[in-house]
Amino acid sequence: MRRDVFQAIADPTRRAILMLIAMQAMTPNALAEHFDTSRQAVSKHIKILTECQLVNQQQNGREIYYHFNPQKMKEVADWLAPFQKMWEERFDRLDTLLDNLKAKENAK
Amino acid sequence: MLSKNATKITAEKGKQEFFIEREFEAPRELVFRAFNEPEFLLQWLGPNDMEMRIDKFDSRSGGSYRFVHSLCNGGGEFGFNGVIHEVTAPERIIRTFEFEGLPERGHVSLEFLTMTELPKNRTRLHIQSVFKSVEDRDGLLQSGMEGGLNEGFRKLDELFANSIVNN
Repeated sequence: MRRDVFQAIADPTRRAILMLIAMQAMTPNALAEHFDTSRQAVSKHIKILTECQLVNQQQNGREIYYHFNPQKMKEVADWLAPFQKMWEERFDRLDTLLDNLKAKENAK
Repeated sequence: MLSKNATKITAEKGKQEFFIEREFEAPRELVFRAFNEPEFLLQWLGPNDMEMRIDKFDSRSGGSYRFVHSLCNGGGEFGFNGVIHEVTAPERIIRTFEFEGLPERGHVSLEFLTMTELPKNRTRLHIQSVFKSVEDRDGLLQSGMEGGLNEGFRKLDELFANSIVNN
């Protein structure tokens, strides 16, 4: 089943999982310790993140480690970046204009 | 101003619309004027590295507009136009938008601009753009066509990296 990356990162627990394993690859047990929810719930989140390739699994001896896939995350983050920047620039200029207009009104 | 208000852009995958939200430290009447008077529009709407020209701006219900952005180095022009469905001062503008640079006509979107009064003389702007297809929407979001040529964006990369750290 193909998963939607945007849906995957819309969930706060999954974002927290990503932040944790972005800092360091983790075993399922180590990861589950960070959450109050059941291990089952955590592995369900991991399954979704794996299916949309935000997380890779690697067998290391007897243990499985979850790795963060920054490349996939970048695809998501970059998607709207230019559009976002264009509007931020515009609104910055609009802020300046509004400040000027306010100053003029006050001077009346 | 101490800190910039955040610009929130929402574009759910597979949908034919996007939303832009931003708050301003100014009363609603002023924000509305900044969107509705040509001399003000010219001061903020044109992308950083482009010059903006207003070909036509008849801002009233039943009116129409045409703006042209041109590259400062003479590299090209990008026109866009639309008809204005409704202007209700100081709270609402509804209009169409069509980018003239596409190979075929008819890829029009519908824009709803809403200004809401907030306490302390602040204003919230909400823009909803609805497209003919998901492809049209994604095309506009990705093209950077308006923002033109990622030159301007690159300049700001560092600035934004800093602002993300500060938030």
